[in-house]
Amino acid sequence: MLSLKLAYRNLIGAGLRTWLNVFVLSFVYILIIWHYGVIDGWNYQAKKDMQAWEVGNGQYWNQNYDPYDFFTLEESHAIIPETLKKSITEGMITPILINQGTIYPDGRIQSMLLKGIDPDQKVIALPTAALKTESAEIPVAIGRRMAKSCKLKEGDITTIRWRDINGTFDAAEVKVVTVFNCNVPNVDAGQIWVPIKKLQEMMQSPDEATLFIIGENSEMSENVPGWEYKSLDFLMTEVDEMIKMKKVGGSVFYVILILLAMLAIFDTQVLSIFRRQKEIGTYIAMGMTRRQVVSLFTVEGAMHAILAVFMGAIYGIPFLLWQINTGFSMPAGTDDMGIALAEKIFPVYGIGLIVTTVLLVLFITTIVSYMPARKISKMNPTEAIKGKIQ
Amino acid sequence: MEIIKINNLTKRFPIGKGEFTALSNISLNFGKGEFSGLVGPSGSGKTTLLNIIGSLDSPTEGSANVLGQEMSKLSTKKAALLRRQHMGFIFQTYNLLPVYTVFENVEFPLLLLNMSGSERKKAVMDALDWVGLTDKVKSRPAQLSGGECQRVAIARAMVKKPVLVLADEPTANLDSENSHHILQTMEKLNKDLETTFIFATHDDKVIKYLKRKISLQDGKVAADEIVTN
Repeated sequence: MLSLKLAYRNLIGAGLRTWLNVFVLSFVYILIIWHYGVIDGWNYQAKKDMQAWEVGNGQYWNQNYDPYDFFTLEESHAIIPETLKKSITEGMITPILINQGTIYPDGRIQSMLLKGIDPDQKVIALPTAALKTESAEIPVAIGRRMAKSCKLKEGDITTIRWRDINGTFDAAEVKVVTVFNCNVPNVDAGQIWVPIKKLQEMMQSPDEATLFIIGENSEMSENVPGWEYKSLDFLMTEVDEMIKMKKVGGSVFYVILILLAMLAIFDTQVLSIFRRQKEIGTYIAMGMTRRQVVSLFTVEGAMHAILAVFMGAIYGIPFLLWQINTGFSMPAGTDDMGIALAEKIFPVYGIGLIVTTVLLVLFITTIVSYMPARKISKMNPTEAIKGKIQ
Repeated sequence: MEIIKINNLTKRFPIGKGEFTALSNISLNFGKGEFSGLVGPSGSGKTTLLNIIGSLDSPTEGSANVLGQEMSKLSTKKAALLRRQHMGFIFQTYNLLPVYTVFENVEFPLLLLNMSGSERKKAVMDALDWVGLTDKVKSRPAQLSGGECQRVAIARAMVKKPVLVLADEPTANLDSENSHHILQTMEKLNKDLETTFIFATHDDKVIKYLKRKISLQDGKVAADEIVTN
C-alpha cells in the first residue's frame, strides 16, 4: 500500500517524463489492440464471405474431383444422384458443373474455368438471377477481377471455346450480363459463370454436376455413393492455414510493439537508478528497507502501464469505435492475395484480446521494472546518499 | 543516560589490493540530549563515524551500540527499522525529494511509520512551524532557497521527534546568516525536545554552537572537550 502511494506520488510529481512514458505505453496498447482487431476482423470477414459466396455449409464433391488438379475436371462430373434431387428442388443445395475453357477477350487468349450454376439458386450469394436473361449469346456473370483482367464490362460480347465430354472443341459468343463485386477471389478470378443447363448442353453432359454446395441452413452430411461429403471445416482448412500464417506475421509486429514498450520502461528505470541514486540513499536513510525500495521502483514501472490503460482509454476507445464503424481501407493491390479481402476491413475487438494485451503489457512492464530495481538492493547507501555513481 | 556507546571501533575500506583505515580504535559515549560535533578536516573519519552511528555502515572491528542495538550484528532490515523509528538525518546537500512538495517531503518519514492522515498533517505542520516554513507547504524544493531547503530537511528529520539526529555538514552549502538561523533552530529543538544532535563538521559557525566538540584526526580521537559558555 505504501509502495502504491509513494509510486503514484513519484509518478505524478515527475510530470512530463511520466506522461511521455505513459503515452508511449498507451500507444502500444492501442496499436496492438487495433492491429489484432483488424486481423481478427479480416479473418472474420474472410471466413464469412467465403462461406456466403463459395463454400456454403459444406459440399459434395464428385469422387474424382480435385480442385488442385485441373486434369481431373474431365472425369469429375456425373449424373446428379436421385437422393440429392429433392434437396435441390427445395433449394437446400445447388449443383455446380465445372469445365475448362478459353476466353478470347479483345483478340487475346486466356484460360479460364467455366462454371455452371442454377440461375434460381439462393444457396450462395452469387447474383445468378442475372443469368436468366434471354439473348442470342450465352449469358455469363463475371467478377470484377475477371472483368479487370479481361478488360470486359457489362454488355460486352466475347468468344469462348471449350471441349465437350467427347473431346470435341466448340466455340460460342458470350455476353457479360453482370459484373459482380465479390471479396472472394475463388469465385471471381479466372472464371465465368453460366447457367448450368446451358453448360450441360455445351459439354454434352445433361443433368450432370461436379459438386454440390450445401445451403447455410441445411444440415446434410450423409454420404452419397460416388460423391464425397466435404465439411465446412475441411473447406475452410486453406483459409484457416492462411489465417495462422497471418497471425504469425502479426505476432512479430506484436513482439516489436512490446519491445518498444519494454525499452521505454527499461530505459526510464535504468536512468532512474543512476539519476535518483541520492533519492534512493535518502529513502534508505529515512528507514525504508531495500525490499521496500525495490518494490517502490517496480510498482512505479508497473503503474506506468496502469496509467497507460486510462490514457489509452481516453483517446483509444473513440478511435477503436470509430474504426469499427468506418472500417480500415485496404490499399489497392492487396486483393489478389488469395484470401477474401474486402475493400474495407472492419476490426473486431474481443474482450479476450483487450484483457490479454493489458495483462501482458502490465506483466512485462513489471518485469522490466523489477530487473533494474534489483540493482538498487546492491547499492551502498552511504555512496548512494552522496549520489556517487557506482 | 548514554544512548551511544562506541568501543574500540575500527573501520577499514578496501582500496585496490590494500585497505584504508578510516577510523582506528575509537571509543566514545553520547548521552541523551547532547548537542555534539565530530570535528576535523576532510578525511578525518567524521562522516564514516556518523554513518556507523546511523546504521548506514558497520564497523570492521570493535562495537558501536546505538539505542541498545549493536551495529555490527544488525541486519539491514533491523537497521532500517531503527533509523525509521528513532533517527533523523540532515545532509549537506539537503537530499530533499525533488518531485515532492515541502509538505510531502516532511510527511515522508511519517508515512513509513504508518501514521494516520490527521496525525501526519498535525505533525508536519508542527515541524514546519518549528522551522518557520508553514507558508511554503505547497512549494517544491526547486522553488526554495538553500537555507529554506535545509530548514525543510531539519523539519523532515525532526517531524517524528526522533531520539537522535545526525547532521553531516548541514551548513556547508549555506551562507553565514542562513547557517546561524539553521543552528539556532536546531539548538532550540535540542532544548525543547531533548533530541540528541551529532554533527559532522569542519565549519566554525557550527563549532561555535556545539556543547561538546570531538576532534578527529586521521581516524583517531584527538580531543574530546565539553564546551562551556
